Amino acid sequence: MSLQLDFPAVLERWPHFLSGAVLTLELATFATVAGAILGTLVAIGRGRGGPTVRALSSAYVETIRNTPFLVQIFLVYFGLASVGLKLSVFVVAAAALTINVGAYTAEIMRAGIDSIPAAQIEAAEGLALSRLQIYWHIVLLPAVERVYPALTSQFVLLMLASSVCSQISAEELTAVANYIQSDTYRAFETYIVVALIYIALSLLMRAGFWAFGLLIFPRRRRLGTAL
Amino acid sequence: MGGALNANHLLFLAHGATWTIGLSLIALIGGGLVGFLVALARISPSRAVRLASGLYVQLVQGTPLLVILFLGYFGLAAIGLGLSPLAAAGASLTIYVAAYLGEIWRGSIESVPKPQWEAAEGQGLTRAQRMVKVILPQAVRIATPPTVGFAVSIIKSTSLASVVGFVELTRSGQIINNSLFEPFLVYAIIAAIYFALCYPLSRFSQGLERRMARGRAQLAGA
Repeated sequence: MSLQLDFPAVLERWPHFLSGAVLTLELATFATVAGAILGTLVAIGRGRGGPTVRALSSAYVETIRNTPFLVQIFLVYFGLASVGLKLSVFVVAAAALTINVGAYTAEIMRAGIDSIPAAQIEAAEGLALSRLQIYWHIVLLPAVERVYPALTSQFVLLMLASSVCSQISAEELTAVANYIQSDTYRAFETYIVVALIYIALSLLMRAGFWAFGLLIFPRRRRLGTAL
Repeated sequence: MGGALNANHLLFLAHGATWTIGLSLIALIGGGLVGFLVALARISPSRAVRLASGLYVQLVQGTPLLVILFLGYFGLAAIGLGLSPLAAAGASLTIYVAAYLGEIWRGSIESVPKPQWEAAEGQGLTRAQRMVKVILPQAVRIATPPTVGFAVSIIKSTSLASVVGFVELTRSGQIINNSLFEPFLVYAIIAAIYFALCYPLSRFSQGLERRMARGRAQLAGA
């Protein structure tokens, strides 16, 4: 068997790879920001809402966490289309990713919020901080700081999961790879290149989160230690 | 088009669901065996072995499972190593699961308190004996809740095998939908079946975690 690999034939398509990588990063960035907000709100609702809010947010988190993303995105994409709602692929992909990562973020944030000792909140009340001040400075920000490594991993997984959006023909990195391999008949080389691009994107995201962490948590308290 | 959902469709879905379970078991067993070796390699006394296994974990955890699947199915076929969808999906999932389980289990092994290692060494046990008789029995307890939790991820991940044409639950749903064209109904049923498979495992894992936390709290209180 003669095994001849031809990477240049694949690499000369670099503008396509680049545009796919850009769309992947756009999807990941949008879903990270929107998912972080959604997840935090759901975590607060699960902890402090009334019985209805609690039940609804639990149902949301459990449903999403116990079904595959591929089925979720099919349900949103083909489901909306079948009731006559025609949205652009980017909107559907970004919405499905946000709904998905929101549930995981909610679970992580809840763990963070639960880890804040009650005594710390009582101390803040003793200092006559308002309820809003307490929730923001004493509960939410320290909670985020504690679960920041878990959130980082979750959002990197989200970026990798965005590859599934190729199945509804969003032109992100994996869809680009499918197109290039069917055009060049160089499937092996194409997917190796794409895997390396994803690895580079993961490292880029981790570096970005690390730098952002330094920026928003300047005290750099040792994470995960009992206070 | 194809009429209404009937018992034959549901039977076809049930058949797909058994393949989802089968593929999950293949991934869990294959990934577990390789993952155990990865966990041991990650804490090996040899620097080269540690680096190589660390690189493996980094590469796999930085790549989407979908790309690994495409590489295993289309990529290998293009260089003359054609695999059946089942073999390609099983191999890709094994490689993927091994990287994650390896890391989970390395963490479990390392979280066995250091004095346990030292005491075992003081008893004159060899490295292999220390591992098998002292560390692993304790690490297994620590590793059980996250491993059960990861099994849920495995079941969900097998849905991606549908893209290489392997007829598991998601693929059988797509096939039915192609004839019925009732995506909302069909994918909602698929989602419900996945939920029925995953939710009990999720609850089981959470229960185990709570029990461990209680045990730790009692230890700390004593």
